[in-house]
Amino acid sequence: MGFRHKDIIALKDLTKEEITLLLDTADSLSEINQRDIKKVPTLRGKTVINLFYEASTRTRTSFEIAAKRLSADAVNITASTSSVVKGETLSDTANNLLAMKPDIIVMRHAVSGAHEYLAKRVSCSVINAGDGAHEHPSQGLLDMLTMRQKFGKLDGLKVAIIGDITHSRVARSDIYGLTTMGSQVFLAGPPTMMPVGIERLGNVTVCKDMREAVDKADVVMMLRIQLERQGKTLLPSMREYSRYFGLNPEVLGLAKKNAIVMHPGPINRGVELASSVADCDQSAILTQVENGVAVRMAMLYHVCGGEPVE
Amino acid sequence: MNLLIKGGRVIDPSQGIDANLDVLIADGVVLELGQGLAAPEGTPAIDASGLIVTPGLIDMHVHLRDPGLEYKEDIATGSRSAAAGGFTSVACMPNTSPVIDSKAIASYIINKAKSEALVNVFPIGCITKGGKGESLAEMGELKEAGCVGVSDDGKPVCNSELMRRALEYAKGIGIAVISHSEDLALVGEGVMNEGFVSTELGLKGIPWAAEDIAVAREVYLAEFAGAPVHIAHISTVGSARIIRNAKARGVKATCETAPHYFTLTDEAVRGYETNAKMNPPLRSAADVEAMKAGLADGTIDAIATDHAPHHPDEKDVEFNVALNGIVGLETSLPLSLKLVEEGRLDLNQLVSLMSCTPAKILGLDRGTLKVGAVGDVTVIDPAKEWQVEAAKLESKSKNSPFLGWKMKGRAVYTVVKGQVVYQA
Repeated sequence: MGFRHKDIIALKDLTKEEITLLLDTADSLSEINQRDIKKVPTLRGKTVINLFYEASTRTRTSFEIAAKRLSADAVNITASTSSVVKGETLSDTANNLLAMKPDIIVMRHAVSGAHEYLAKRVSCSVINAGDGAHEHPSQGLLDMLTMRQKFGKLDGLKVAIIGDITHSRVARSDIYGLTTMGSQVFLAGPPTMMPVGIERLGNVTVCKDMREAVDKADVVMMLRIQLERQGKTLLPSMREYSRYFGLNPEVLGLAKKNAIVMHPGPINRGVELASSVADCDQSAILTQVENGVAVRMAMLYHVCGGEPVE
Repeated sequence: MNLLIKGGRVIDPSQGIDANLDVLIADGVVLELGQGLAAPEGTPAIDASGLIVTPGLIDMHVHLRDPGLEYKEDIATGSRSAAAGGFTSVACMPNTSPVIDSKAIASYIINKAKSEALVNVFPIGCITKGGKGESLAEMGELKEAGCVGVSDDGKPVCNSELMRRALEYAKGIGIAVISHSEDLALVGEGVMNEGFVSTELGLKGIPWAAEDIAVAREVYLAEFAGAPVHIAHISTVGSARIIRNAKARGVKATCETAPHYFTLTDEAVRGYETNAKMNPPLRSAADVEAMKAGLADGTIDAIATDHAPHHPDEKDVEFNVALNGIVGLETSLPLSLKLVEEGRLDLNQLVSLMSCTPAKILGLDRGTLKVGAVGDVTVIDPAKEWQVEAAKLESKSKNSPFLGWKMKGRAVYTVVKGQVVYQA
């Protein structure tokens, strides 16, 4: 079975088979990242534009490396250096870029739905590198790949996701992906950060207490708390947040013995994650980053029409 | 102008008429209602058999964008859109550029409408100077200039003391106050209704409480001041309940809703559809039901479109960036007739909601076919089927979520002062 989508915008749109295909391909391609010469000619002659309207180090670098390891030509455009500052519309920017005949536009944008908007207007492939509080599919896929490598499956895993669910595109992609794959997702966070109807978004359970979510979990996924939101109305203080929703060794002790700790990064040490937890043996945070490259290679490969790899 | 409208089913709730009658208009005024009327030689005639004849429809809430924003709409195109939708009168909101907070701007609109508009255009002035919510606008002069109401539409008057004084002062001079009711702090950066759909789409939500709280404030202020208040575009279960309760205890609160609030839910936003972005936002199915129930039981007094034309450059953008509002004049009547078809309203209620009551709220000498009244008439074919097409809309702007919809019923003649200004 090939991959039939021109774009990858949301894990909500992907079936179990399609997600499995992307993860299988990522697994196969990850071998390239271990080689001495980390390059294959698979996407030679293809042009990838990384169009980033929001600051990003990890995701942008990861997509760039993924493209280069597949021999595609990758160009980075960030909002601060592009004509965006001159007030050009997204549609005009897209058309100008399109005139240069890229094969794939990888975009990050602060507005939810910007990719759906873009994909309707361009003939090349669009890959979502994060849109507003909507989705972040490459992060969802790399999270699932990391879990699958550790546990050999996703079906039946108990995954706790802790933190600001309302503003998290990572949470949404994880929820869609994981519930499609048969995992059980438990959420916990301050009620001010738990959006209406979230329990209907896939089959998830909302817990009042972080401990309830972490109890016997296979995976504890900690979300980044946005320090810049603290001054607003959602939280009394980082200190209090950390006390009720931070992961420390004691709370982690409630999870299964072989549970892993994950975080999309960048982490706020001492806020959502105690340093001792971030750096402990159970932490899979750097494995996530490593898998990010393989997953993004798989995404680029399949939107270019790549066949399943053995 | 003289006109004889023959054999239609005349529905005029203002005089309790629902019968097959002829309507004879002479010199722009209703001269006679009756059967088998004869008109002087040469009087133009309309055969209205099988059609419905009503007092001219009135949309008490439109944005004509003139002066200042004529790239979206102007008085001529807006009035053509109104005529095509069966409206003989519209009341236009003051958030133009400059705003209507002076006699000069009100006079500009009235004069321009005299020479260019197909229908009657009644300006609504600002409640506060500049629409800034800081001090009262010169309502007396606005009324003298021809304004039929005051509103800071688009924004609430946040200061409760100022709103109290506005209601008191307006009562003194006899001008309607129309409140755009919204708690801005609760709205925050919200761009659609807060609910399951906003959660799924990752868009910031606007809670229903933002509207309910503001509506409740206006009701309490009106009750305290013993003054009337009209609430614009209600959209929630709570707003309807608050106004229903207020009316029951004698508060002079009236309100309107728009066809989109009794037709669409926030599901229409899926796909980040910017033509489903407006303020207040499209709500839940329960809210849609509450609008229908409120229209049926008299809680809601008027159907008004909040006709809000925008240029494609303002809508063909990312959802957060898109401006609020949709055009509504040409789809209001069929969407409202659908409620009749569904059995939620009868035609008499429909005509009250779309003509008689808005006239009463604004103090217009219209909304009736009484002998001696202005000869504004709408002739409706309730069975006529048609499709909404952007190219065929008279409005300068085409930002409608109903494009492509198959409609049933429309105005086939729009008559202003005895003159046919639109014929389907």
